[in-house]
Amino acid sequence: MTSTKLQTHEKAKKIIGLIAARDLDWHPPPLTPDYRSSTLRSPSRARLHFNPTETEMTGPTFGHNLLNELDDNLILNYASSGKTAIGPRVIVHGKLMDGDRRPIPGKLIEVWQANAGGRYRHKKDTYSAPLDPNFGGCGRCISGGDGSYSFQTIKPGPYPWPNGGNNWRPAHIHFSVFGDGFAQRLITQMYFEGDPHIALCPIVQSIPSTKAIDTLVARLDMTHTIPMDILAYRFDIVLRGRNQTLFENKIEGL
Amino acid sequence: MSIIKETPSQTAGPYVDIGCIPSFAGLKGMYGGEDLGNAMITGNPTGERITLCLRLVDAAGEPMTDAMIEIWQPSPDGSFGPTKGFSNWGRQPTHSKTGEAIFKTLMPGAPTGQAPHILLWVVARGINMGLITRVYFPENNNAADPVFALAEDRAATLVARNINNRYVHTIYIQGDNETVFFDV
Repeated sequence: MTSTKLQTHEKAKKIIGLIAARDLDWHPPPLTPDYRSSTLRSPSRARLHFNPTETEMTGPTFGHNLLNELDDNLILNYASSGKTAIGPRVIVHGKLMDGDRRPIPGKLIEVWQANAGGRYRHKKDTYSAPLDPNFGGCGRCISGGDGSYSFQTIKPGPYPWPNGGNNWRPAHIHFSVFGDGFAQRLITQMYFEGDPHIALCPIVQSIPSTKAIDTLVARLDMTHTIPMDILAYRFDIVLRGRNQTLFENKIEGL
Repeated sequence: MSIIKETPSQTAGPYVDIGCIPSFAGLKGMYGGEDLGNAMITGNPTGERITLCLRLVDAAGEPMTDAMIEIWQPSPDGSFGPTKGFSNWGRQPTHSKTGEAIFKTLMPGAPTGQAPHILLWVVARGINMGLITRVYFPENNNAADPVFALAEDRAATLVARNINNRYVHTIYIQGDNETVFFDV
């Protein structure tokens, strides 16, 4: 902190709640040469740290009125009437919470993915696997009062990608998540338990810690699997928590 | 300390537009055909209309044409809303040739203790975690802003140029003019 003005401002914000500092070592560093695209797209200087101001403590809010009936159902939301997307039917669900395990309700979660053959509906994707006319590849929902979220989709396929070698992405779903404040904004990818590509993928392995990688691997969830209908996978999402202890200490000190 | 760790970040990849701005990506009619964050001025709010043109450049000096930029900013009164007819948040793809993301918005006011500014969040293939930076305006006394001051001799990388009432700003991901990015 270089300015008393900022400190005063931060003190005021702690009354509302402090967002815990980000553990940068838990995330992939900007430059990960085995993931070739990062070479020209990574800052070489260190990120300058400051504690969130009002700007980063606040963020956009989205109401349930935003949503259409099928937004959270990728099996149906791009399909012609009476048709469904092709592929293994799966529910992907879990809880959105902060680092203190408190549910984060009312937040927008957006997902996107390749189809069952590993092909994206995108003009730049030229992989030889065919497009599915009934699959678009995106969905969205808003977390419930208990932080829960759920999508129905088809399991995406692995696919090859240009990275200078024989590189295949594991089956994965991209997640974009909003929190209470912009400091919590996160984009990540979810993988499926048991996929042998996880250990081989330079994008997954850009994350230094195997424990951290493991938190991106959804688990088969037979409890929420619907017999003779659809498999369930569980993936909880944790946004930067408010530091409860420090928060309470500050209140006492005031 | 927090009890559990934040979910680790992964790159948004080359097809972030499918998930976040599907109409731009060519998914006809998805979400009613309207990409979220496309329009920031949705009514007739009070305030100066500005165009913010953000150009994204990689380490080779090439425009980054497959990125997405989100912005979050104060309303003209310096608050973070809600402000009738205005969204403090917007998002746009970078242009497929120029690497420019263009936002039609309102001139931000000054939040308490800070100069007027806009938070920028950049995601793309090759970016492992969204890059956070800010843009300030050349007409203001930015030196008094504590976050601006943090950038010291690199603070000029945070200031847009006013070219015929169009605010133009280049974000250099790497290199001699590398933009200041924040860990916040």
